[in-house]
Amino acid sequence: MTVLQIVALALVAVGAPAVVAARDPLRQAFVASFYGLLLGVLFFAFAAPDVALSSIVIGSVALPTIILLALAKIGDKDS
Amino acid sequence: MSFLPFAIAIWIFLVGLYGVVTSHHLVHLVICLSVVQSSTYLLLLGIGYRTNGAASIFVDIPPNTKAVDPVVKALTLTDVVVGAAVTALLLALAVQAQKRFGTLDPDELDPLRD
Amino acid sequence: MSPGEGPARRRDSEISLATRRRLFLVSGAVLAALMTWALAGMPAFGDYHGIYGLLLNRVAVPQEHATNVITAVNFDYRGFDTLGEEFILFAAVLGLALILRERRDEEEGPPDDDAVGRQVSGASVAVRLITVALVGPTVLLAGYIIAHGAITPGGGFQGGVIAATALLFVYLGGEYLALRRIRPLPLVEITKATGAAGFVLIGIAGLIWGVAFLDNWLPKGTPGDVFSAGTMQLLSVAVGFEITGGFVLILSEFLDQTIVLRRRRGVRSG
Repeated sequence: MTVLQIVALALVAVGAPAVVAARDPLRQAFVASFYGLLLGVLFFAFAAPDVALSSIVIGSVALPTIILLALAKIGDKDS
Repeated sequence: MSFLPFAIAIWIFLVGLYGVVTSHHLVHLVICLSVVQSSTYLLLLGIGYRTNGAASIFVDIPPNTKAVDPVVKALTLTDVVVGAAVTALLLALAVQAQKRFGTLDPDELDPLRD
Repeated sequence: MSPGEGPARRRDSEISLATRRRLFLVSGAVLAALMTWALAGMPAFGDYHGIYGLLLNRVAVPQEHATNVITAVNFDYRGFDTLGEEFILFAAVLGLALILRERRDEEEGPPDDDAVGRQVSGASVAVRLITVALVGPTVLLAGYIIAHGAITPGGGFQGGVIAATALLFVYLGGEYLALRRIRPLPLVEITKATGAAGFVLIGIAGLIWGVAFLDNWLPKGTPGDVFSAGTMQLLSVAVGFEITGGFVLILSEFLDQTIVLRRRRGVRSG
């Protein structure tokens, strides 16, 4: 295995507990966005560029947006 | 050393599952669920990888070069996109739970209440 | 059971957090051991034996004239599975729209602000400029990735999501209510349904033509050209439509919830 793959795997292995440990959902949305980017790097290191593209677009853009919107609705409830 | 990707997949699965089990907030729970899903992507891609294989796209390399398995990549690709939509559905459920029960703590959501 | 008694009883019979954690550690350890045992029996990383994948790599380019084997797998060899995945997405978005629709005790109105008497301000000039400038190239990029899906990495799935983010730019840069004029909800729903139905119809057209469902029956050009892979391009476009429509619908349902739906003054829901 190449060094890039080992480094990517290590980063993802650290990133997953970071996502779980961020208990406040607002912070967690941003950590999850960064985790999507790390996953994209890992998939790229595994010779899967289109899966990496998919992961970066979804995990870094679409998913945090949805989370933030859901949070905005929840926080806004007592109007 | 060649077991490392699978070991990391197991680790991510368990970490995400721990997050789901000990969560205090429904939104946090849903995001941890998506972390568990990501461990399956890693597992799938780890299965299909061939050492020093190129990506299965033959635009600029001759068609007989050693390439990784395309089937698992196709599966993971659709999985990532559809998984995000399902996560959105779960978040909508969380929003409605907040509206209906007034709380987002899974411990307080008693199914027999009301 | 009187109301005062209910919560106290519930807390007594509940598993405490510490117990839950300990229980999880034990069962998690067992699960980890079982999974490690299962995965240790697999071929080592990098030593892939599967015949199907190797065969596809060799056969896909001459047979389908598509250089991106993954898209060929998605839209041709395993097109039926992609149909299933597409409908999962469709059902998820449908469920979301159903859950978040306007309820009896809510009404539509302009966005509020928490401070009394202050209206929601629009975005600053810099943000508006950048987002408006970025919408066009993003849509173009999405179209490029969808159209070239059979040749270079990409395809309907990625391109569809990128197109949905282009619409997100419009929301970020402008007034939300102006966005609703650009993006009428029925149009989005029609787009999504067209994509889903288009996929099935192209497959059925193959049936009418005399070959198997979802078989690649259009004439194929030379590999490396844009229009070289037959029905795969059309299916890619159909999927792109559906995913764009789906994600825009998701985003708009949530945005509607946040900004437009307000509880009717004085009426509390159950």
